[in-house]
Amino acid sequence: MATDKTTDKTIDKEKLRLGFNGQYKEKEVVLEEGDPAPWDPSTKFSILGTRVPRLDGRPKTTGEARYASDVRLPGMLYAKILRCPLPAATVKSLDLSEARRRPGVRAVLAIAKPGEKMRFAGQEVAAVAAETLEQAIDALSAVKVEYAALPFVVSPDEARKDGAPLVFEKGPETKTSGGDVETSSEKALPRKGNVVGPRTFTKGDADKAFREADAVVVEGTYRTQVQNHTALETHGLVASWDGEQLTVWASTQSIFSVRDELAETLEIPASRIRVLTDYMGGGFGAKFGPGVEGVAAARLAKEAGAPVKLFLDRREEQLATGNRPSSEQWIKLAAKKDGTLTALHLVVHGNGGTNGGTGASGPAKNIYRCPNVKVEEYDVFTNAGPSAAFRAPGHPQGAFVLEGAMDELAKKLGMDPIALRMKNDPSEVRREELRIGAEKIGWSGRDAARRSASKEPGVVRGVGVGAAVWYNTGGTGPRATVTILKDGSAQVEQGVQDLGTGARTMVGIVTAEELGVPLESVTVTIGDTRLPFGPGSGGSTTTPSSAPTIRRAAYQAKLKLAAAVAKSWKVDPASISFAGGRVKAAGDSNAKHDVTWKDACKLIPEEGISATAERAENHEDAWKRFIAGAQFAEVEVDTETGKVRVLRVVAVHDCGLAVNALTTESQIQGGVIQGVSYALFENRLLDRPTGKPLNANVEQYKIAGALDVPEVDVVIVPVWDGVNNTHSTGIGEPSTVPTAAAIANAVSHAVGARIRQLPITPEVVLAAVEEARSKGGAA
Amino acid sequence: MSEDPRGFTRRTLVRGTLVTAIAASARVKASTPEGDAIGPGAAPLELDVNGAMHRISVEPRVTLADALRDRIGLTGTKVVCGRGACGACTVLLDGATVCSCLMLAHDAAGRKITTIEGLADGGKLSALQEAFILEDALQCGYCTSGMVLSCKTLLDETPKPSRDEIRAAIAGNLCRCGTYNHVFAAVERAAGTRKAAADGAESAFALASGLGPDGPGALRLDSDPRVDKGTADALEAEEA
Repeated sequence: MATDKTTDKTIDKEKLRLGFNGQYKEKEVVLEEGDPAPWDPSTKFSILGTRVPRLDGRPKTTGEARYASDVRLPGMLYAKILRCPLPAATVKSLDLSEARRRPGVRAVLAIAKPGEKMRFAGQEVAAVAAETLEQAIDALSAVKVEYAALPFVVSPDEARKDGAPLVFEKGPETKTSGGDVETSSEKALPRKGNVVGPRTFTKGDADKAFREADAVVVEGTYRTQVQNHTALETHGLVASWDGEQLTVWASTQSIFSVRDELAETLEIPASRIRVLTDYMGGGFGAKFGPGVEGVAAARLAKEAGAPVKLFLDRREEQLATGNRPSSEQWIKLAAKKDGTLTALHLVVHGNGGTNGGTGASGPAKNIYRCPNVKVEEYDVFTNAGPSAAFRAPGHPQGAFVLEGAMDELAKKLGMDPIALRMKNDPSEVRREELRIGAEKIGWSGRDAARRSASKEPGVVRGVGVGAAVWYNTGGTGPRATVTILKDGSAQVEQGVQDLGTGARTMVGIVTAEELGVPLESVTVTIGDTRLPFGPGSGGSTTTPSSAPTIRRAAYQAKLKLAAAVAKSWKVDPASISFAGGRVKAAGDSNAKHDVTWKDACKLIPEEGISATAERAENHEDAWKRFIAGAQFAEVEVDTETGKVRVLRVVAVHDCGLAVNALTTESQIQGGVIQGVSYALFENRLLDRPTGKPLNANVEQYKIAGALDVPEVDVVIVPVWDGVNNTHSTGIGEPSTVPTAAAIANAVSHAVGARIRQLPITPEVVLAAVEEARSKGGAA
Repeated sequence: MSEDPRGFTRRTLVRGTLVTAIAASARVKASTPEGDAIGPGAAPLELDVNGAMHRISVEPRVTLADALRDRIGLTGTKVVCGRGACGACTVLLDGATVCSCLMLAHDAAGRKITTIEGLADGGKLSALQEAFILEDALQCGYCTSGMVLSCKTLLDETPKPSRDEIRAAIAGNLCRCGTYNHVFAAVERAAGTRKAAADGAESAFALASGLGPDGPGALRLDSDPRVDKGTADALEAEEA
């Protein structure tokens, strides 16, 4: 223990053992006062890291779980939004008077103003609230809107041409929400028509390196599609006013950002708004603010003097609430003859409709060691629904391109693709993950199995690999309160929300582990802005932000319990220890000073013992590292029909220490399955001549179903990085980064020609088969 | 897939939104005496849900799903696509699965409706519900009600289903979180056919908990000569 002279804060330097796989290095790390030291690798956990069924499994399997979309309040009205049917138009006039007179209608709201430009088919124009949903739907037909149709462009290729209709006349008016990556709106960038950029990243001199005489060079242009989030619960909320107090039940990834954005928009103090999210039906990045629909619900509720429920239907959800941008990416790689990467050049044109479209360069910049890197990223704007953060923004599309190019480079070098990666990967954790995955998938036999594994004529197999990278280790802001009660049970409170990730269970497990009590005696309360501030769930930061906060609060509550026990026993509080469910005083011969946890708790006051703690700063002096990950896919390709079946995926990931092995595995399963879906099926389609959506539903917008999913073999590699006191990092995003890359590489391996387009439809496969045959190649 | 009493299989319901809607309205006409036609305003009806009678009054166009959720308050039934493509609104009608978003509430009068809320026996969960929890066959939980009911119907008809039969039984139930493999495991656990400890799930546990057969550090940094192995090197390299 020492004192920092400049801040007068007590600091604690602690030697930590950091590393993985039984290999650890000691590092001295400065700890904040009152924050427990990160666990040592020798720690014997009682519950942390085991397979714990989630605490809300019962309400979710009995239908008792109440989602925001399930909320019913006395006198509650139902609201619907009228949307612009045209891809580009000026609203000439808007008349709500007839709608207001329709049966059951209690409030109407103009969202667009006369003269305002609508920029995509599906943009919000007006809203109505009525006593029944059917009445609200009827009333929409009575809203009179006159539009002046404007020229539009929905194809990014056409949008880039000279003379294309301009989506924004005066530069983009993009919006961001929590979890979004950088977009062009952040700084003034050059603009030419609908194209804004480039945002650049430069290291060394890539152009010079490509000219080196011994450089082995590959290049290619790749394309990816627009992906819709397609969370099963749509966007929406229920708003209820009590005087000047607003209560909102929202389907959101961040109750506090919903509160703050509502306060800002409605111009009322945030302290008068309470946001609740007990259960929510998926977000995947697109549910941070209240959205246009949430603000509309609050305004309609105010006007009507009654609670209003406004949830979008599936069509609206697919049209207007966000998407993963499409991209065209040109990549060029160079290496020495021994495989050492020397240069990388990436040019991205990303299309996020009326919002930013780039951010795809993360993998290219952050996976491999390369001395000369040049990245140029452009946003292309079109008359289509705006993009939003989507599970690892930019990364699945970026990994698909980088990893495709790496395989091409390996082929040209005559090297094994894994060997090329091993040579250039600075992450020891990922190299180990590659090794584990290669063994599990049977990498060494992949060429032999290509033709022989399937007995059906024309059916070939392939195996491919993809690498992941992610960054966030959480941060300060969150608080949590842990209370120990006289009967030995405990309560934990934090305003975090559970998207289905298992956050509620994570909060309980960390409390139980630190206190040394069974999980059954811990009551978890989350999902309410009246609770201590919890992190928004974006960037895979929920667990790394929340878990260390919970542990710190539990640790401090435990110290208070030790003090109360010591006072009662008249011993030094520092002598009190907690182990194996018992509390005892060290060096104390009094046999009465060795009691069960429950008996110790009898010594505390009636009101219990409570501690509220804040998340400590990350230990910058610990093992700050990128999160790694590697996936392998085995596919079967029918060269006659072009159909691809993913047979198996081996997903090897690290997320620090997994708090709950069961839900962590579930999340990795989910990341992989969304990746399979992205690689093979999903593709938001707009009709070029009319600008209208062709598949704003879930029958023509195909997501993976039970018949499509491969066997998924999950391996979690524990890493003790010491960046926070629980060694936590997230897993939601890294688990979906490399899946499409691995599948595309597997299909390329199977057919003998490079796949450069997602989704990998039969048409794309048959073109590759044709290419391979014309070169006298494999398929 | 079981036949429902009207001669529609659930699959035909899923596939033929339009056809079904026409068929359903035709049925109303056929079974309603002239002059007794209901609508367009609200009309009373009784629904037998989970063994209890509910008297409500809804317009003829109100779906069974909306009646259950908004009028009766049984919100365990979810509406995700509203057109029979995702299975989230699955309920049992006289024991057979139907998409309640494709069925009109008035057409369900006189039938026995079972929703997810009717599956547990008092406070006791069914073996299938328990298996869903233990295998973590749910994440956000929004598809779970429909998923459980589809699996229940499967197990009622095929007590020991093969993996392919399970896949087929839930082919109409979409899950966005990616729980499918765990749903397969849950059905097999409930059926008593689950192969234990032989899959990736178990190895994930072993690795994460350090409790694998060889104890902590069972993963070896082994024999790839191309790899620099020192953690010290990695600590330096990754700081860059």
